[in-house]
Amino acid sequence: MTADVLKAGALLLVAALVQVSIASTIEVAEGHPDVVLVLVIAIALLRGPLFGAVAGFWAGLVLDVSSLETLGLTSLLLTLAGYFAGRFGDVTTKSSAHPSLVAVGLGTIGFGIGSALVHFMLGSTLSPTEFFVGVLLPSLALNLLIAYPLYGGCRRLFQPEPRERREVSPVV
Amino acid sequence: MPRQRTARLPVLDASLRRPDGLSPRTSRALRARLVALTLVLISLALITVYFRESDDGTLHSAQRIGLSVAMPFEVAGERIARPFRDAWGWVADLVGAKQENKKLRKELQDLRSRAVQEQTALSDNEQLRRDLQFRDGPRFPQGFNGVATRVVGRPPSAYNQEVLIAAGTSAGVRRNDPVVTPDGLVGLVTEVTSNGAQVTLLTDQQSAVSATVLESGAAGIVRHGSSDSSALILDRVGKDAFVETGDLVITAGWRTGKLESLYPRGIPIGTVKSVGQQDVDLYKRIQVTPLVNFDSLSDVIVLVSKNR
Repeated sequence: MTADVLKAGALLLVAALVQVSIASTIEVAEGHPDVVLVLVIAIALLRGPLFGAVAGFWAGLVLDVSSLETLGLTSLLLTLAGYFAGRFGDVTTKSSAHPSLVAVGLGTIGFGIGSALVHFMLGSTLSPTEFFVGVLLPSLALNLLIAYPLYGGCRRLFQPEPRERREVSPVV
Repeated sequence: MPRQRTARLPVLDASLRRPDGLSPRTSRALRARLVALTLVLISLALITVYFRESDDGTLHSAQRIGLSVAMPFEVAGERIARPFRDAWGWVADLVGAKQENKKLRKELQDLRSRAVQEQTALSDNEQLRRDLQFRDGPRFPQGFNGVATRVVGRPPSAYNQEVLIAAGTSAGVRRNDPVVTPDGLVGLVTEVTSNGAQVTLLTDQQSAVSATVLESGAAGIVRHGSSDSSALILDRVGKDAFVETGDLVITAGWRTGKLESLYPRGIPIGTVKSVGQQDVDLYKRIQVTPLVNFDSLSDVIVLVSKNR
């Protein structure tokens, strides 16, 4: 467990720096690939909601610090993304060999809408067309594109937990 | 014989369920919710404090310290990624280049037409200012009102040196009114309608203006020269008159009894280009370069007599 925490902490720290210095410069329309979000979702899928929420919080904190954004804003969104991705993983893809594109897709949409909502509350808005066509759709496409390799990497780092043993009734 | 089926009873979590409390799975889920909720509350608290505190507050300071720690790594990451980013940018630029090109072409076209419009407006403005200065200045002939107007057309014939102007009788213009620019004499109104008029230029073969040389007072008649369409000659100047190259030729503006020249005195016509004489000639041969550029006339002033 401690090894997982260290690995996740280091991985998300590096990912946040990569996100700020590299991934943010890759732009399709107004959208960027969100490496950190996809990694948080991948980790949460493999390690559950508790781990996902903590990983999301940490990653958001690092992102907010390294990009001088409002402290706590990305943490809030990534915490929720990690938690719900973990819950999703609990019932679906926890031990799957394939990344859950559905989880990344839903996570991206949820994160995007949440981010728009929070920014709207803080006074900065985009037009709906600009948001959906310019930001959300390109980000969704890019995140789905990087979901496979990032989930594969995470699967190597965080081996799936062994399945719980289930008792089966004897053959009748 | 029917196949024997295996009946499996779902006993999920049966071994983990405890009669006296929560199962480990439920407990873990509750713990996850609790932690997530705590982290959300912490995040909200961070946002609140971050917004409420000043720029020198604890969170801002901590963030700045964090950034200063992270900055070298960000710089290193940026340097490593620069070639890839450039490559990505190149590809993205290539994809967007066609659309951009089309857009820029349209913009260029718009800007060109605007530039032409602005240039024209600027030129018109300058010309009108000059006209205004001339009309209000001391060089403007006494006893006349100026009707400023534009040259709107030139007859296609090369034989007649004429232009059409956009002012007619409705503006007070009459036949035989002199037409000038701030540079000098242009010609005479020879036909007039209610809102337009024809001006016969000084360079027309039918035009002739009585003129004097400003410096010496030598008198003569300025008319069309034979060499080219824009050349003028000062004719009827006696051999004993003193005329030099560069002298200014102006309208004479004579008056005899009730008869008077159509042109007021003192309107510049041109400068003496060359002076010659031969023993067999009665008069000097004086070539005059007109001050007005007849090829690029755009705005003129019609002199309308106040006594009419």
